[in-house]
Amino acid sequence: MVAPLRNGLLRQATTCLRQQSAPPASSLFRAAAIHRLLSTLAVLEQRDGKLNMSSLASISAAKKLGGSVHGLVAGSNIKSVADEAAKVEGLEKVIFVDNAAYDKGLPENYAPMLVENIKKGNYTHVLAGHSAFGKNLMPRVAAMLDVQQISDITAIEGEDTFVRPIYAGNAILTVQSEDTPKIITVRGTAFPAGAAEGGSATVEEGVDPKAECPTEWVSEDLAKSDRPDLATAEKVVSGGRGLKSKEEFERLIPPLADALGAAIGASRAAVDSGFADNSLQVGQTGKNVAPKLYLCAGISGAIQHLAGMKDSKVIACINKDPDAPIFQVADVGLVGDLFEKVPELTQKLKGQ
Amino acid sequence: MTSLRILVPVKRVIDYAVKPRVNKAQTAVETQGVKHSMNPFDELSIEEAVRLRERKKPVEDILAVSVGPAKSQDILRTAMAMGADRGIHIVEEKIELEPLGVAKLLKKVVEDEKRNLVILGKQSIDDDANQTGQMLAGLLNWPQATQASKVEIEGDTCTVTREVDGGVETLRAKLPMVITTDLRLNEPRYASLPNIMKAKKKPLEKKTIADYGIEAGKRLKTLKVTEPPPRKGGGKVDDVDGMISKLKELGAI
Repeated sequence: MVAPLRNGLLRQATTCLRQQSAPPASSLFRAAAIHRLLSTLAVLEQRDGKLNMSSLASISAAKKLGGSVHGLVAGSNIKSVADEAAKVEGLEKVIFVDNAAYDKGLPENYAPMLVENIKKGNYTHVLAGHSAFGKNLMPRVAAMLDVQQISDITAIEGEDTFVRPIYAGNAILTVQSEDTPKIITVRGTAFPAGAAEGGSATVEEGVDPKAECPTEWVSEDLAKSDRPDLATAEKVVSGGRGLKSKEEFERLIPPLADALGAAIGASRAAVDSGFADNSLQVGQTGKNVAPKLYLCAGISGAIQHLAGMKDSKVIACINKDPDAPIFQVADVGLVGDLFEKVPELTQKLKGQ
Repeated sequence: MTSLRILVPVKRVIDYAVKPRVNKAQTAVETQGVKHSMNPFDELSIEEAVRLRERKKPVEDILAVSVGPAKSQDILRTAMAMGADRGIHIVEEKIELEPLGVAKLLKKVVEDEKRNLVILGKQSIDDDANQTGQMLAGLLNWPQATQASKVEIEGDTCTVTREVDGGVETLRAKLPMVITTDLRLNEPRYASLPNIMKAKKKPLEKKTIADYGIEAGKRLKTLKVTEPPPRKGGGKVDDVDGMISKLKELGAI
């Protein structure tokens, strides 16, 4: 039994590492020993034969853990995706499972397949992005392995210690897990995707238990857009209830986003009122973004909204209410009527 | 027609409008004297179950269940005032269970109570884990449809539209099934006073974790809970030009 032995060793090594009295040289040595025992599987997303770049955040998180990092991709004609993934920096091996049954990422058969590959590879950690795919799949995997998942981590403090936001980001929790393997989803904006070039991983076929899938995928309706993807955009322009209607949202927000080359986001109020599509919602229950610039207009700054954007580098806002909570987090705040200020800002930015 | 025996798990959490405060010892969020309510996503679950009945689907009964301290009873009464037929309160004063423990308990409830549809909220707004429904589906080996924005049931076939990154997708599966609710699913009703009064007479069973004979203890150890680093806001500018120059100064444009 290799797995229990290795896990035992890992725990022992970790315990040694915790002993504060150990001289620095020897603890360094032990840290290195732990890293050799760590092995992480990063579950990578693909769609229609293309690797999802935002899922590479799980690789950069895995690199922080140390140890070997493998990636897994599954779907039809997957070899080309596997070859693409093999070039990602930091991966030692890419495991692929070529079967159209995994194309839509349905957890009913994807989870058993993943479980088999986790067992075969004896991984100590399994990471995936905290995306719709990862959120749907990973807890099912964790339950099948009888481990308590750690969701949406924003930092790694040790091989068993992780940091994650709770209460809509109003508190930061540091937890320690003794489960093996550790099943984790990773907040994409907290671990920047590494380089997609420069790696040279080996490519290997994984096991395919071919579990039956009781769920039938019927259809999808994805918003088409040439704009940068909201979750990974460098700049985001976001509108809220203050825009008053879908017409005004569409008249004012897209031109400003275009002037900046930004993605478009929205508050829950704007989405609920039908001004913008659901998929644009930023907040606790929508997307988490952490762009270089988050520029918003007509958003008051409710805690549920702040949860999704307060890690942005620079926050700018336009709001007519000087007491709106958004001004407490904004680096640049302009008190004024957005119906005047937004077009003016758009014009002046275009003229630059 | 398969009759629907629905289970709706509900959780008592700090009210969504309250800004949580970390306690002085940095071990948890302060819950003493703080307003609590039903997790907003769980209200959507109850509402959906009740609407299935109102849409003349063959709903045999709607069972609400909650694990937690004595006060969790209040939200079970709320669930019943909204239309659940009965409740089970698994009383646990000391530990706040993790999703895996809750999923294991729910599995037992599903089996004991012969449920064929479980509707849960997609996440609780306190620990933001987004795991319990998926874990339950995994333990039961049932199909799952998470982040549902539309649920249609014909016979024993469920068609669910789910919110995914970039849009929506539609899935179909047969009962039994686990569904988790997203905000866009429905608009939960307010319980009327007569219904609140009636809910007081609905059966509410008390149980303990031990009654289910499972190990539901905690796996993760909380090392600390801290306040997030504060942002220093308040840098106001007078006009659009001021905004542009400040953004340039900050390197944002």
